[in-house]
Amino acid sequence: MRSIQKTALVILLSLASTWGWSQDDLLALLGEDKPKKQFIKAAFKSSRVINAHSMEFINAGTMDFRILHRFGNIDQGFKNFFGLDQASMRMGFDFGLRPNLMVGIGRSTFKKEVDGFIKYAPIRQSKGPGSTPVTVALVAGMTVDGLPWADPTRENYFTSRLAYYFSAIIGRKFSEAFTLQVTPTVVHKNLVQLQTDANDIMGVGVGGRLKLNKRMALTWDYTQVFNGLPDGYQNPLSVGLDIETGGHVFQLHVSNSAGMNERAFITETTGQWGKGEVRAGFNLSRMFQLKKKKS
Amino acid sequence: MKKCISLVLLLALVGSTSAQRYFTKNGTISFDATASGSPENITADNRTVTCVIDGATGGIQFKAAMKAFTFERALMQEHFNENYVESDKYPDALFKGTISNMSSINLSQDGSYPATVKGKLTMHGVEKEVETTGKITVAKGKVTATASFAALLSDYKIEVPKLVSDKVSKTAKITVTCGLEPLK
Repeated sequence: MRSIQKTALVILLSLASTWGWSQDDLLALLGEDKPKKQFIKAAFKSSRVINAHSMEFINAGTMDFRILHRFGNIDQGFKNFFGLDQASMRMGFDFGLRPNLMVGIGRSTFKKEVDGFIKYAPIRQSKGPGSTPVTVALVAGMTVDGLPWADPTRENYFTSRLAYYFSAIIGRKFSEAFTLQVTPTVVHKNLVQLQTDANDIMGVGVGGRLKLNKRMALTWDYTQVFNGLPDGYQNPLSVGLDIETGGHVFQLHVSNSAGMNERAFITETTGQWGKGEVRAGFNLSRMFQLKKKKS
Repeated sequence: MKKCISLVLLLALVGSTSAQRYFTKNGTISFDATASGSPENITADNRTVTCVIDGATGGIQFKAAMKAFTFERALMQEHFNENYVESDKYPDALFKGTISNMSSINLSQDGSYPATVKGKLTMHGVEKEVETTGKITVAKGKVTATASFAALLSDYKIEVPKLVSDKVSKTAKITVTCGLEPLK
């Protein structure tokens, strides 16, 4: 009796193994795919929030040609066409070396300043097994003032032209639409105007974006400076609109700052939002593929 | 008792031969959505497509991870995933169908067989009836399935903004190539 039961069981099992597989799901025969760690992409449309570096990196093997314009104060009215007559610009090239490593160089008309930076993310926000909830990116940059010496009669050193900045970006793409990052930054100037001015200026930036639709996003970029900001200087606040059109990203914004590198916008912002001293500006980013991806 | 065991063995044997299944985990699906006259090619390949064919019933199924489509330009790939197919929301494209003329295809005999495939393609969260003709080639136990068809992007609610309509076509020509091995 027992053997009959056994046999019946074996028959049932063999039936199950041959016909029991549901025709509806042939793919299930191959077993479940193991979930893989995936890095979160597109936290921002661009590698800058507006002025500050964003947690986003440009792709490895690509070059980002960036043209930045900052106009004069809007409150000048029609006389200077709301500031558009007074344009200051920065032209720059960024290069993606690795998914989490990029470098860039640029030159601004203001102070004939050349700046360069290296940006690296030891931790990138990801999902799946072994994931991390935030991106941590470090930026180190240098600026070189290109103006003739203010006082050629005294002994001038090349190092006096230099300033450095270091930022740590801690950011998270909370949802498809919302990203927020906090950026402690220190700017070191080798030479300052007055003996009482601080060489090291520290601040914390808060930047974010809210996607309005697939190709447009609202952005904001603010830095609270804690020490070393001389009287008359302000914390920079910019509010903008990112528009992505395939190969280009346009970052239109209004800001109280005219600076286009960390030294300039963190330590030399003079406009006051409360007094309407804001200016229009835009960043134009055009991406070029330098290295062909497909083999 | 012995009879029973031999019956079981027989059943299992019959079962395993008649239900010969073939599979791959590295099939290829490519698509071309280049608009005529576009300066850039809008093409991509996915070389990690999963496919299973059931030789007994003619059942055929595909699965392709959208993020595994690679483009020549990294930015294009990013926009494909973010703006067009929304890979985070809809990670896979899925096809479940049947080869309607399976009876005239012998997967254990070398040769080239035309195949008519009919089924449902799910992409970007939209399920759509698809029918196409392809080819199944059998050579030395290796089964190769190829097919191509066109998909109207708007059928799958994949929007192409006007701004890029001179580059991105309204339809994607999709080509499938899978070299399959017996599934044990």
